[in-house]
Amino acid sequence: MAAEPDVLVIGGGNAALCAALMAREAGATVLLLESAPHSWRGGNSMHVRNLRCMHDAPQDVLVDAYPEEEYWQDLLKVTGGLTDERLARLVIRHSSRCRPWMRRHGVHFQPPLSGALHVARTNAFFMGGGKALVNAYYRSADELGVAVRYDTPVQSLELKDGRFVAAVTERGERIAAKACVLACGGFESNLEWQREAWGRNERGEWPAENFLIRGTRFNQGVLLKFMLDAGADAIGDPTQAHCVAIDARAPLYDGGICTRIDCVSLGVVVNREAQRFYDEGEDFWPKRYAIWGRLVAQQPGQTAWSIIDRKAVGRFMPPVFPGTRAESLEELAQKIGLDIATFTATLNAYNAACRPGTFDHTVLDNCRTEGLTPPKTHWAQPIDAPPFFAYPLKPGITFTYLGMKTDESAAVRFAGVPSANLFAAGEMMAGNVLGKGYTAGVGMSIGTAFGRIAGVNAAASAGFHHPEFKEELAYAAAH
Amino acid sequence: MPPLTETVEAAACTTTPDLTSLLGKDEQEIARVMQICNACRYCEGFCAVFPAMTRRLEFTAADTHYLANLCHNCGACLYACQYAPPHEFAVNVPQAMAKVRGRTYQHYAWPSTFGRLYERQGLTIALALAGGLALFLALAAAMAGGLTDKPLAGNFYAIFPHNLLVVMFGAVFVFAVAAFVVGVVRFWRDISPARDAAPPGATELAKARGPAAVEAVTDIARLRYLGGGHGEGCNEDDDRFTQSRRWFHQLTMYGFLLCFAATSVATLYHYLLAYEAPYPWFSLPVMLGTVGGVGLLIGPAGLLWLNLHRGAERGDAAQRPMDRGFIALLFVVSLTGLALLALRDTRFMALWLAVHLGTVMALFLTLPYGKFAHAVFRTAALFKYALEKRLPNRIAVGSD
Ligand SMILES: Cc1cc2nc3c(=O)[nH]c(=O)nc-3n(C[C@H](O)[C@H](O)[C@H](O)COP(=O)(O)OP(=O)(O)OC[C@H]3O[C@@H](n4cnc5c(N)ncnc54)[C@H](O)[C@@H]3O)c2cc1C
Ligand code: SF4
Ligand code: SF4
Repeated sequence: MAAEPDVLVIGGGNAALCAALMAREAGATVLLLESAPHSWRGGNSMHVRNLRCMHDAPQDVLVDAYPEEEYWQDLLKVTGGLTDERLARLVIRHSSRCRPWMRRHGVHFQPPLSGALHVARTNAFFMGGGKALVNAYYRSADELGVAVRYDTPVQSLELKDGRFVAAVTERGERIAAKACVLACGGFESNLEWQREAWGRNERGEWPAENFLIRGTRFNQGVLLKFMLDAGADAIGDPTQAHCVAIDARAPLYDGGICTRIDCVSLGVVVNREAQRFYDEGEDFWPKRYAIWGRLVAQQPGQTAWSIIDRKAVGRFMPPVFPGTRAESLEELAQKIGLDIATFTATLNAYNAACRPGTFDHTVLDNCRTEGLTPPKTHWAQPIDAPPFFAYPLKPGITFTYLGMKTDESAAVRFAGVPSANLFAAGEMMAGNVLGKGYTAGVGMSIGTAFGRIAGVNAAASAGFHHPEFKEELAYAAAH
Repeated sequence: MPPLTETVEAAACTTTPDLTSLLGKDEQEIARVMQICNACRYCEGFCAVFPAMTRRLEFTAADTHYLANLCHNCGACLYACQYAPPHEFAVNVPQAMAKVRGRTYQHYAWPSTFGRLYERQGLTIALALAGGLALFLALAAAMAGGLTDKPLAGNFYAIFPHNLLVVMFGAVFVFAVAAFVVGVVRFWRDISPARDAAPPGATELAKARGPAAVEAVTDIARLRYLGGGHGEGCNEDDDRFTQSRRWFHQLTMYGFLLCFAATSVATLYHYLLAYEAPYPWFSLPVMLGTVGGVGLLIGPAGLLWLNLHRGAERGDAAQRPMDRGFIALLFVVSLTGLALLALRDTRFMALWLAVHLGTVMALFLTLPYGKFAHAVFRTAALFKYALEKRLPNRIAVGSD
């Protein structure tokens, strides 16, 4: 694009694409800068699978109803109140009406994937997952005439009195525009920053050194840091992140969904010292899997092993890496390098503490341990049927919550004053809604709502008004 | 040849941690890739391969052949895969499937030594064509005393006696059918382990057969799995969906079937009604043949064009001679057939008849040893899938 674009969008994931498409629909000329090359485009968004959606009655792929209030209560619970109710409700209400627009831009929905039926009511799945969604948005952007440049990381911005003036790329190119949307993710890919944020523990370890990043390698937080240094109002805490226990053999970046380990509640988990450290059967796995990242992060070496026996095989989503297999517990301990005596003592104590009950993984059953610390309160069955399997665990960071404070307009704020032409969307401001905790599919709800809002407002600040979005926004904003 | 039912790798039960330990032969590549897909499942909505995969925890060689033949190489799961190259997992489902499909055709060829013909498809088709042409040209020269002569008013049998043609083509056709029956029965046995038939499966299986057959036939008739799950079509060389392959394939498939119907009707006319060729333009056999022939011209031309332009990362480059050779042969058969119709009242009739029959003979000869095999094995796989999904799933991961 030779001429200066009306709207510059920085980032190339869901939030950025939503913003670019909306701004273009409003009539603005749009340039999108993605730091990744074409083959890696789409940031964390290319790894997603679903969108959490409010709905008052069954809606195509969504069964029953998931009313606003229930969605809000769920969000309130997981965040422990660390959320902005106005923004949260805006996101929730927007999620009930955004899918026709998504479909128009080529996104296809489907009923839940097998193994994910527990979210059939609350979450709409993208056919083909996030990469299919991102591809559809890029195609649509191309057809509408949004200019896209890959391999173009932005290094800094030129700001003047709280206004956006220009972006400066890593290669030193200066790109001016009338308005700008920042949608370039959190800082999860930045190992150095993570290390600093998590600090050193009482054992002298730097826990973040053992973290794996589940998503993109491109969310280095360069512009987040730049903006916070430039005085943008911040929200959230750098150690707050979505953090789950994943297979320790996953690649450092982009291991994505397939590296998760889903057999924790079917067996026991021991740390490097061959000790159990938490109730594996506290609640249904989908409700607990997001706390296990932190639990493992607190263990020595930030590592643990999920141990099961034959009874569990076929009852959980098949793991991507095969487990370590052994015919006896001693052999298993030896193979995974744990102290054999301690390991067998831990397992024998657990086995002896299991009370007889009726095993049923679909309910909070009555199989529990007695007189054991920590207890296992459900699905506790002796681990005694060879072959035995062990899966190594490490903390996997999904995305970080530190971001910029915004209001309903998605405008970046400096000392409480909203910028007239600089907006933020997606992970860069998700912390406003998600101070901590997580519930599946809300990341995309936030990114889609604020991506679209940011795009519309950026276009408006350049003098272009979106023809249709007003009504949807009015509905979403009316509390 | 070793039986395919041998387990490639008991995936959940190995001690080796890294995925590359599964790398290697074509079937192992499917087992490796399916282990990743099974933990991901994002592509479940695209086609039958992924739902079939979720009914398994590990993949035997026979499973990989079953899945490979379910795959239509629509490409949707490659462009949508977050683990596709350059990701280190290097997941490329269509390519892995294509490679094993080639091995299926070869492995189940009958007689099995003829399976080798798949390795030299260019040569096979060229030889069949040369042989077919030579045969009929020589025959024509010998029987009619020359290749161009006075017009024979479209009377083919003045050149080749009807019974001679019936014996020649009948024999080759019956042989082709027999070869496929033997191959597909062996394929079916391998991909249907005894456990499916064990009680209570046996009665459920019996009940499932009818509806499953209907479903398989409908899916083929509509080429459902070239629709990408959402019906917008499949991919060519990028993530865009297009219906072109589906439409060209429909023209080819129905064109082929109409031509086949034309021949069948003519045979019935001949034997039942003692009504002998040449048939007038507006007779049923000629009309069926003409419409079918036109479909069989446009369809293969389109498919060839798409094949020449399709992204190289998909499919198996080694099978290109087979794909393109078969498509080209269909095109030539149709072209010579239509030309024959146009020239049947001229002095070139004998020549064209010999050329046309030579190409048809080449097609029939290579039928069991070429791309046509895809129709047979894919039908079997789709039927198997339609059956299987009506039986209870032995794996209960979805229930938690
Ligand atoms: C494995 C995994 C599974 C997930 N599953 C779900 C799910 O099912 N549902 C859900 O709601 N959420 C899910 N999430 C969370 C979800 O991915 C995020 O909430 C959402 O994608 C954030 O979108 P975004 O556009 O803000 O960021 P991203 O999609 O990460 O996009 C950021 C973009 O900015 C680019 N960028 C970064 N820095 C720069 C720079 N300096 N200059 C230019 N460009 C830059 C990046 O390359 C990238 O394209 C998942 C996350 C992961 C990792
Ligand atoms: S092809 Fe890729 S995205 Fe699709 S199921 Fe397999 S691993 Fe997942
Ligand atoms: S290429 Fe198409 S048909 Fe083959 S497995 Fe992928 S989605 Fe299914």
